[in-house]
Amino acid sequence: MALPPHIAGGTGSAPSRTPVYALVGNPNCGKSTLFNALTGLKQKVGNYPGVTVEKKIGTAYSQHGQPITVIDLPGAYSLAARSPDEAVTRDVLLGRRADTPQPDRILCIVDAANLERNLYLVHQILDLGRPVILVVNMMDVAIKAGLEIRIDRLEHELGIPVIACEAVNGRGVIDLKLAMSRADLPLSRHAWDIPAPIAKAVAELQASLTASDGKPPLIARAEALLLLTDQDSVRVAGSTPLSSRTAELLRGWQQRWEGEGTDWASSLVNSRYEAIGRIASAAVTQAGAAGPTLSDKIDRFATHPVWGWLTLGVLMTLLFLSIFTLAEYPMNLIDGAVAALADGVKANMAEGDFRDLITDGAIAGVGGVIIFLPQILILFFFIGLLESTGYMARAAFIMDRLMSRVGLNGKSFIPLLSSYACAIPGIMATRTIEDQKDRLVTILIAPLMSCSARLPVYLLMIAALVPGEQVPLLTKVGIMLLMYALGTFGAFGFAWLFKRTLLKGEPPLMIMELPPYRLPGLKDVMLQMFERGWLFLRRAGTVILGISIVLWFLAAYPKAPDGATAQQQLAQSFAGRAGHLLEPAIKPLGFDWQIGIGLISSFAAREVFVSTMGVVFNAEAEGDDTAPLRQALLAAKWPDGRALFTPLVCFTLMVFYVFAMQCVSTVAIVRRETNSWKWPLFQIGYLTGTAWILSLVVYQGGRALGF
Amino acid sequence: MKLSELAVGASAVVRELPKSGTAFVRLREMGLLAGTRVSLIRLAPLGDPLEIRLRGYHLTLRKSEADHVLVDPVS
Ligand SMILES: Nc1nc2c(ncn2[C@@H]2O[C@H](COP(=O)(O)OP(=O)(O)OP(=O)(O)O)[C@@H](O)[C@H]2O)c(=O)[nH]1
Repeated sequence: MALPPHIAGGTGSAPSRTPVYALVGNPNCGKSTLFNALTGLKQKVGNYPGVTVEKKIGTAYSQHGQPITVIDLPGAYSLAARSPDEAVTRDVLLGRRADTPQPDRILCIVDAANLERNLYLVHQILDLGRPVILVVNMMDVAIKAGLEIRIDRLEHELGIPVIACEAVNGRGVIDLKLAMSRADLPLSRHAWDIPAPIAKAVAELQASLTASDGKPPLIARAEALLLLTDQDSVRVAGSTPLSSRTAELLRGWQQRWEGEGTDWASSLVNSRYEAIGRIASAAVTQAGAAGPTLSDKIDRFATHPVWGWLTLGVLMTLLFLSIFTLAEYPMNLIDGAVAALADGVKANMAEGDFRDLITDGAIAGVGGVIIFLPQILILFFFIGLLESTGYMARAAFIMDRLMSRVGLNGKSFIPLLSSYACAIPGIMATRTIEDQKDRLVTILIAPLMSCSARLPVYLLMIAALVPGEQVPLLTKVGIMLLMYALGTFGAFGFAWLFKRTLLKGEPPLMIMELPPYRLPGLKDVMLQMFERGWLFLRRAGTVILGISIVLWFLAAYPKAPDGATAQQQLAQSFAGRAGHLLEPAIKPLGFDWQIGIGLISSFAAREVFVSTMGVVFNAEAEGDDTAPLRQALLAAKWPDGRALFTPLVCFTLMVFYVFAMQCVSTVAIVRRETNSWKWPLFQIGYLTGTAWILSLVVYQGGRALGF
Repeated sequence: MKLSELAVGASAVVRELPKSGTAFVRLREMGLLAGTRVSLIRLAPLGDPLEIRLRGYHLTLRKSEADHVLVDPVS
């Protein structure tokens, strides 16, 4: 067969500047592990502007110490993109993204145990006419499965360097680096037949894309093939629309084929898979029939109608237990360190507003957020572990049916579950949800899962609600469960509503690979945990610092006359006045202006409510001991002498806290993850609105019933 | 028969899947084509989605999609 004209002739000679490699592969083929093995810690993690897809760039060094730039592209099954992640991979490879240089060379990584499907993406990439190196990873897994992979046959069939590799233990990485630093890389000699009825359309589209859309000829051919595989893929977020001429041409061909009954999309995919089948049969031999693998055996248990639920339950219980117990120790340390820092500043600076700004504003505010960092990191660690072992996909598989009741799919389960500890890692974990609308719905409802910052508020209110000094355990647990249930049902109710109204879309698909179980690389999981934690600090840090300072200012100004107590100062500050201003709006809920101050200040973080109440009512809670504060709350009165914190008011306040969006860190993260202010503002509006309405119903209803 | 009607553990060869539709384009790209051999591994604990095996790997899809995939059982 003659070489296709776009490939014949020429080799990819090495560029004079630092060569840029793009690393591409299917999800779960070990791409991140290989990237870490190649670049070590020399990585920069950021975001592609305009979309929330992680951008990772690292530097590898050849055997001679020459630097090589490696861009780790998001995992993709096809260049006909289905998700923002895949769209980024496609756009970088096609040179569509202005913010990322088009890579000179491409490193394709495939899973040796699953060669055919992995080669599909490689096959599309070979069409780009760039030098490609193929890395056949997971050789150990393939050998265990009784597969013999002949690297030399693959090289022969594809005409490009092929490297066998085991990224987890670094086997093959040196060979790979040698290949990467080769000055001349051959271009693939592989040729495949575009089915005859379509070939003409490809040529015409290619010409039109070159002429009207300004694409270079080779790229235009690849784009034409993509358009014919899945014309919807141009509509994925972040894509540029086609020129009208090309769109017209495409429509024309499609109409013609529809008339003739030509199934163009499947015939293209078919012929690719036929070509791949020939390659695979030349290179892969199955030695003996493979029995059930270890993965099959685990899944018999882990997705069993009875044991599956049990496994899920036990794992999730373990997760939460470790978050609440393991995190306690570092949290106390941080608490101590923050207090020590504030004390140190107090001791070493002249008294005055500036000192207070630093200690009570900046340090206290930021400290109130980083105190949650241990929990957030532990969550990231578990999410990473669940992802890289392959259990995450099983959890989604088991939960899909339940989630589909409200129009979501199983992939929303883990993000929502994580949100019970903290909404921030939960919201950051929604990146695995491909469908944009599903992802948004999940982000919108995540703060309804009662997070751990609400616990101190619940505990204080329960203490004030129950008559005795000691809260009976059953009452405490019962009320807590009620609050968790309220938030959870609220979340699913809103998901249902949003999927039917605001974010109506196609019913989500659940086409998901169930990768075999794997032993995770602990180093890779840790690395990812720190990267994500750092990302959170960097992203939320500035917003949190800013808001903390504003809140401090509101509570410190204007100044009360000298000698005033903290309580008097707060009462006549802006915050106090805002509380008064707010009173007409919250009086129907049974809250007075003093509670109003608490509501305002807890915008920094919900648990700040407790310390604010301490200042407002002039009673410090000592650690976990809420007794003095409880006394003070119970003694608080309306001006007309009625008790302020009646059991009904305490209960109403808890309901308010279940729903209200009171967390700047969450707002900051939602802003980043959705790339606009529209969604976080909407979220504040709908959550706080619901909180107000439900509190009104509870309070007025309770009153009518005589509470 | 439909893929969704296959007995758990049974194998079949795909006869036909719908020409258009997001789900089916993706399924094809994942290697589910006319002529591909599949086996139904299990159903999720609540009966949906399905787990199938094809080309040496495992894939899930919902019943609503599997209803449109026609297969010929093999013994
Ligand atoms: N046995 C074996 N396991 C590997 C090999 N390479 C990677 N793994 C494991 O495979 C799992 C997935 O690897 P990742 O590097 O996270 O895969 P990925 O392609 O980046 O996956 P996504 O992040 O989902 O795109 C991890 O648990 C790795 O430890 C290998 O060569 N052999």
